[in-house]
Amino acid sequence: MKNKNQLSPFLKGLRDGLPIGAGYFAVAFGLGIAAHKAGMSPIQGFVMSFFNHASAGEYAGVAAIRNGAAYLETALLILIANARYLLMSTALSQKLSPDLSFFHRVLIGFDITDELFGISIAYPGFLDPFYMYGAFLTTTPLWATGTFIGITAGNILPDIVVKSLSAAIYGMFLAVIIPPCRTSRNITIVVLVSFALSWLMSVIPAAAAISEGFRIIILTLVISSLAAVFMPLSEEAEEELP
Amino acid sequence: MKNSIWIYLLVMSAVSFIIRVLPVTLIRRQIKNRFIRSLLYYLPYATLAVMTFPAILSISENPLCGAAAFAASVITAWFTKNLFLSALFGCAAAFLAAILL
Repeated sequence: MKNKNQLSPFLKGLRDGLPIGAGYFAVAFGLGIAAHKAGMSPIQGFVMSFFNHASAGEYAGVAAIRNGAAYLETALLILIANARYLLMSTALSQKLSPDLSFFHRVLIGFDITDELFGISIAYPGFLDPFYMYGAFLTTTPLWATGTFIGITAGNILPDIVVKSLSAAIYGMFLAVIIPPCRTSRNITIVVLVSFALSWLMSVIPAAAAISEGFRIIILTLVISSLAAVFMPLSEEAEEELP
Repeated sequence: MKNSIWIYLLVMSAVSFIIRVLPVTLIRRQIKNRFIRSLLYYLPYATLAVMTFPAILSISENPLCGAAAFAASVITAWFTKNLFLSALFGCAAAFLAAILL
């Protein structure tokens, strides 16, 4: 006899991934608009999103492509923009059975996104790899398809609409960084200082001469290092993940 | 020579893959270092904030469009915590500003 609680981990993953995938589709559309501005084709957008599936990381990559950045600079940018996945991947290693094969570990690692990390950490006991694969299948293909359609829309919609839609990706970033400011004074400080210094570096001629990518890398490292030194996480808060 | 988009995609995908896969395959215990943990905690907020501002002011020739989008998204995010609504109202504000200004 089968009821909801006895769904196989794979089906459970498919089910839990679906609402996340619907959100991804909308977000990826905005990313596609940005990718369109960088001169990417819909197929390139699909490939980028399928293999990277990271909004901040992909946006950083799109900005690098638009600016004709060096490949090494691009690699560093992706490393910085996606650095949180190092932490999530580390945390997930604690959720896996010690017997789990290398192959499964690689696939689970590849599947990590902020949201899939969230639901896999909530999975009772050791994480079943097939739960992760199910969730991956209802999220990342929608993410990639949304990017494809966003770039296509960028090619056919009128200029004023495309420009307005390019505000979408920033709206999503703000939806990640603003709500925690309501409860965390430290995050509020980091966000406000980041806005201010980023603006300053764009208007001071010597700093503005540095490419956008390196400005992002330098500012991010300096600001988060200072925050880590002067506002280190308390023991309890260390369980909290960004 | 112009850089190839496909090579960019290869670089991006390779770095993303390595970042995700290395810890889960190699590290079997948690990071204890308080500085590293704090750094990794603050990093996403700093990156996203730096990438958003002042870049959002450049979405159109008139910086007021981006400023309107910024204000609308911040307010929406503050009150709804909703990713989609925050993006939607940001776009709507940019569109209205483009028409009215």
